[in-house]
Amino acid sequence: MRALFWSILRRDLRLAARRRIESLLPLVFFIVAASLFPLGVGPEPQTLRQIAPGVVWVCALLAAMLSVHTLYAGDHADGSLEQMLLAPASPVALAAAKAVGHWLVTGLPLILAAPVLGVLFDLSGSALAALVAGLLLGTPILSLLGGLGAALTLGLRSGGMLLILIVLPLATPALIFGAGAVVAVESGMSPSGHYSLLGALLIGTALGVPLATAAALRISTE
Amino acid sequence: MPLTLYTFSSPPKFYALSGVLVPLCWALAVVLSAIGLWMGFFVAPTDATQGEVYRIIFIHVPAAWMSMLLYLVMAFWAAIGWAFKARLASMVARAVAPTGAMFTFLALWTGALWGKPTWGAWWVWDARLTSELILLFLYLGYIALVEAIDDPRRADQAGALLAVVGAVNVPIIYFSVKWWNTLHQGASVSIAAAPKMASTMLTAMLLMTFAFWAYAFAVVFTRTRAIVLERERGAAWVNQLAARESAS
Repeated sequence: MRALFWSILRRDLRLAARRRIESLLPLVFFIVAASLFPLGVGPEPQTLRQIAPGVVWVCALLAAMLSVHTLYAGDHADGSLEQMLLAPASPVALAAAKAVGHWLVTGLPLILAAPVLGVLFDLSGSALAALVAGLLLGTPILSLLGGLGAALTLGLRSGGMLLILIVLPLATPALIFGAGAVVAVESGMSPSGHYSLLGALLIGTALGVPLATAAALRISTE
Repeated sequence: MPLTLYTFSSPPKFYALSGVLVPLCWALAVVLSAIGLWMGFFVAPTDATQGEVYRIIFIHVPAAWMSMLLYLVMAFWAAIGWAFKARLASMVARAVAPTGAMFTFLALWTGALWGKPTWGAWWVWDARLTSELILLFLYLGYIALVEAIDDPRRADQAGALLAVVGAVNVPIIYFSVKWWNTLHQGASVSIAAAPKMASTMLTAMLLMTFAFWAYAFAVVFTRTRAIVLERERGAAWVNQLAARESAS
């Protein structure tokens, strides 16, 4: 089980490293989408500071959802997904490795880029720290839930849009508490409650979602 | 043939039974909602603080209850259908979804009608309103997923998985009032505490709830009958039924 996890994770990372521009697309989407908001809302620093946490979080959410669609699609198209599911090890390891791989390739760069966006939105230092901490706890949840959505919509015609429709409602608690942590810091309160709830959500999704994703993969490929 | 717990899980038996039950449910729904609405609009006293506006709760509260309950019912039957390969349970789950979505929409709509004169806004981003909206999205996601998959077996199973995952959201709706303490008034009806409202109001609300139950049964049975006929169209009993229908 552990061997399957590591070999799939290494393989996914190597594949991402060989398609560098493609792997960076979610990051570019994240930055471009977030940069559009000041143009639409107006350049007043007060307004920008207020909408910044929500904008950064929503853009991170959309970047994760748009990129996760291809998580299983390539392996499904060339038949290697069936072979992986035939392996004696549990498909839970496969689902976990895929989600971790997605987080390392898309989630982590988003977290690194978030402070830069925060500066564009005139966030203070402590608010930037809260944003990064919230994204650190929250983006793995998005990758895990996105993996479930990708497994459920495998091979469907309207897969990409459908995935967003079914995963976004499930991801709203992460959005609320992640953006809430930054708002709490900005209004002078402690963000620790938001971190605790995000951490609880992360533990819950990390324990439950790989099981559900494995079941979804079996349903979608049988 | 003895009557067991599983007798009506056979599609032809279910079809025959539900054919008898649907008119009864409709009759019950019409009678109960007539009495419930009459009590709500004419018998129940005017609210001391909210005036006549509050009377929307006789539709709003039962609709909100039904919207949450039907999601659990849908998830339950979908899970039964998935776990035990019970075809009829999966068909019932799919038949419940549109009715649940309709009640969710009704709860949101009547809530907006009540919120405008009371709060001065059609919509506020309060915890319960937001959770109800998310519940509507969950219903739409379920319906969209099962409709997008052509193979009925895969559609049932994938829908069951999504419904069970989404059911985690229903308790969050219930506890959201405690989590984010915001604008929406707390629940006035609970089993543990004595009701804080006049007994005629409570009676009217319960009558409306039973009316909605009867309506939900009638509509879900009708929809399930259609799904049964569609999926069993190759079966002998459906062909006999069709022959009998066309002869008469």
